Amino acid sequence: MDILGYKKDYQLFAGTRSKIKPSIIKSSKNNQSNNKKRLSIKHVLDEIALKDGMTLSFHHHLRNGDYILNMVMEEITRRNVKDVTIFASSIFPCHKDLVKYIEQGIVTQIYAAFISGPVSEAISEGKLKKVAVMHTHGGRARIVESGELTIDLAFIGAPTCDQTGNITGKIGKSACGSIGYAVTDAHFAKTTIAITDNLVDELDDFQIGGQYIDYIVEVDAIGDSKGIVSGTTEITKNPIGLKIAKLATDVIKYSGYFKNGFSFQTGAGGTSLAVSEYLKKLMKDENIKGSYALGGITSYIVDMLKEGLFEKLYDVQCFDLGSVESIATNPNHIAISASKYANILDDCLINNLDFVILGATEIDLDFNVNVTTTSTGEIMGGSGGHSDTAYGAKVTIVVSQLFNARIPVIKNKVICKTTPGETVDVLVTERGIAINPLRTDLVEKFKNTNLPIKTIEELKAISDNLVGIPKEIDFDDKIVAVVEYRDGTVIDVIHKKNINNKG
Amino acid sequence: MTNIRRSMLFIPGNNPGMLQSADVFNADSIIIDLEDSVAIDEKDSARTLVTELLKSVPINNVETIVRINPFDTPFYEKDIEVIKKTNIDMILLPKATIESIKDLDERLKDTKIQIMVLIETSLGVHQVFDILNTTNRCLGLMLGGEDLCVDLNCARTKSGEELLYARMHVVNSSRALRKFVIDTPFTDTNDFEGLTKDTYFAKSIGFDGKASINPRQIDTINSVFNPTEAEINHAKRVIEAKDLALEAGKGVFSLDGKMVDLPIIKRAEKVIDTALKIGLMKIGEE
Amino acid sequence: MQLVKPSKAGTYESNDIYIMLFPGNETKIEVESIVYETYGDKIENVIFKTLNEYKIENVLVKAIDKGALDFTIRARLITAIKRGATND
Repeated sequence: MDILGYKKDYQLFAGTRSKIKPSIIKSSKNNQSNNKKRLSIKHVLDEIALKDGMTLSFHHHLRNGDYILNMVMEEITRRNVKDVTIFASSIFPCHKDLVKYIEQGIVTQIYAAFISGPVSEAISEGKLKKVAVMHTHGGRARIVESGELTIDLAFIGAPTCDQTGNITGKIGKSACGSIGYAVTDAHFAKTTIAITDNLVDELDDFQIGGQYIDYIVEVDAIGDSKGIVSGTTEITKNPIGLKIAKLATDVIKYSGYFKNGFSFQTGAGGTSLAVSEYLKKLMKDENIKGSYALGGITSYIVDMLKEGLFEKLYDVQCFDLGSVESIATNPNHIAISASKYANILDDCLINNLDFVILGATEIDLDFNVNVTTTSTGEIMGGSGGHSDTAYGAKVTIVVSQLFNARIPVIKNKVICKTTPGETVDVLVTERGIAINPLRTDLVEKFKNTNLPIKTIEELKAISDNLVGIPKEIDFDDKIVAVVEYRDGTVIDVIHKKNINNKG
Repeated sequence: MTNIRRSMLFIPGNNPGMLQSADVFNADSIIIDLEDSVAIDEKDSARTLVTELLKSVPINNVETIVRINPFDTPFYEKDIEVIKKTNIDMILLPKATIESIKDLDERLKDTKIQIMVLIETSLGVHQVFDILNTTNRCLGLMLGGEDLCVDLNCARTKSGEELLYARMHVVNSSRALRKFVIDTPFTDTNDFEGLTKDTYFAKSIGFDGKASINPRQIDTINSVFNPTEAEINHAKRVIEAKDLALEAGKGVFSLDGKMVDLPIIKRAEKVIDTALKIGLMKIGEE
Repeated sequence: MQLVKPSKAGTYESNDIYIMLFPGNETKIEVESIVYETYGDKIENVIFKTLNEYKIENVLVKAIDKGALDFTIRARLITAIKRGATND
């Protein structure tokens, strides 16, 4: 079946051990020009031959405070260019201007690992001409490094940039720490433009080398510092979330993998953060030290580094000011690229993960997880590193309330399969813990504990009894997005949905 | 459900989100509150919400208690009228006096619902023995430190010297009548060190458990009241020695050179019983 | 029971429902809910059954639901009925 605007030779997901072995292209960029600075984005675009069907890349370290994408697109759309593909690592509510360009037919395709806000609504409503491609963080690096997609212009939001184009996110008024998702773009794009609000003479410590940068533009501000550090990085005060976090920490403790040298990743959600707080205490009580923590990094993980509980942090993106400050000053807090983080073609760090704590919008009886759509099927999120880390980690723990505000987490079938169940090992809810029966080793390990172990079917029965079974959702036949597994196979598709704003 | 009451958690009676999850916090007992946590003009609302909850939502493995409004309020009669038709285990009577417990006992006479009293006035502390002794339906008490301090005209402090007399007095009265006795909540919900200390103190002077107004405190309280490994091991050896003595037809016996008498055996049995029920030991392990 | 005056019960908190009743010429149920798509029918059904149980007719029910379970929907409606009814 052909999917409009998607690669013709796509393959369907056929298990996590992919047989697909694409070739890797090498970056050969080496721009040593001493004359990279231009007065404005407009001036850069005047020099470049813009054409219809271009692919523009953006990265999301400035999160919901990002000015770059809107600034660039405003200039681009003045120039009668059509059929533009936006290749952004993530898209946030601040990028709502894109909806206008989608409606005007200027932007016709979007690639992203995570999409929220007005743009995701527009895609769900079928406004985008071609299909949206929702890849993983690691998958994005693979798409570029395999040559599957060529970036025409990469725009790098540079918190600090020097005259030769060396870039760091560690300092500057818009400092955001690691800029790991931008590295691959800079290395492989035909043309790379650094946009900075802190141009300095010379940088010794940088994450992207100047040889990859073709143009430098200085602007007043690349982002709104309030939005750069999103408000999500606070430990939950919800007692149910805390109970779940406590149980998840017990799962770590009794899993058999909690020993000196273990590695760990957790997200920035309230419950995930609470796990790091409980884990900190457990590590101290049991006198266990970890080797590294990975991922998007928060202050809570930084504290664990400072206290010597982890030797190193490998950081693809900083979530809060504490982590930005740490990466700028602590040599053991190391910035890495998205490829080093999770690219299937790279010797990536997720492959050595022991534990990852992940969230879920939905999980089904086969442990497949949806974090791409809402429980009624509208796009609202995406894998990010979800399916990458679930694949890599020895123990993948999904934490979620069994239900909240009448929205249950366990379904017979997830609406959208983001992460395959064969890579999800444990579900922790406030009313019990379910272990994936495929993990006979873990099932055995937890038999002799006092933890509330149940089957996922038992948990679903408790939930169904309290909230009732939700009505099936109706979708249009039209496919609006494909969900790519990390190897580039299609793990699911998302159908058009007329967004119902009742309530 | 067990008769172990290490922790009792207050749940606001007009909050559906908390009510529907009341049994997930590991508290041995939950106290659904119709009194202080419910605004005056929402008393009817909370009463109905709690009744509907108890009718249709299973509350598992936890003792269910409802705190009604005090005897001298206009809500008291209505609360009892509605709550006595439910399947709860116990009513917590606030500001208990001899008069009010007599009245409540009479109103519950056709039900299986038991009573526990909240001792939170200076008169209540003074009369506690007689209050507990009014009826067999009354199984125990909770001390309410906040209101008591208002009545005593003293400040409520973290270290709690002002409650020393009341605490020891209510423990003594309860023990004399073989009733359970629960300590007042520790109200600084961010101070876990303080909570641990306060709970150890309560345990050390004879309380069975401690009340809490925040689910986050429950695990700490439970762990303080759990029998320690040493206590469990000692209890196991006492029971073993008792069984051997029985087999040998001996009336009295000793362990580690000390005479083992009935109170020691009873205490050992209680420790084993608790350890089994809270999962510190598995059946067959004894 | 008969509704003699407008009444309301509940809150806008998560897991709760806010219910308003207005005496009228026919019975009408208007539900706004964060889970309307998946549970709208069930919510309306609980409201309908509870009205019948209390023999309430000719009433406009406006409900703003924040994901309340059935027991809460029933309880809030019963409270509103009692608040607006004659014989209570």
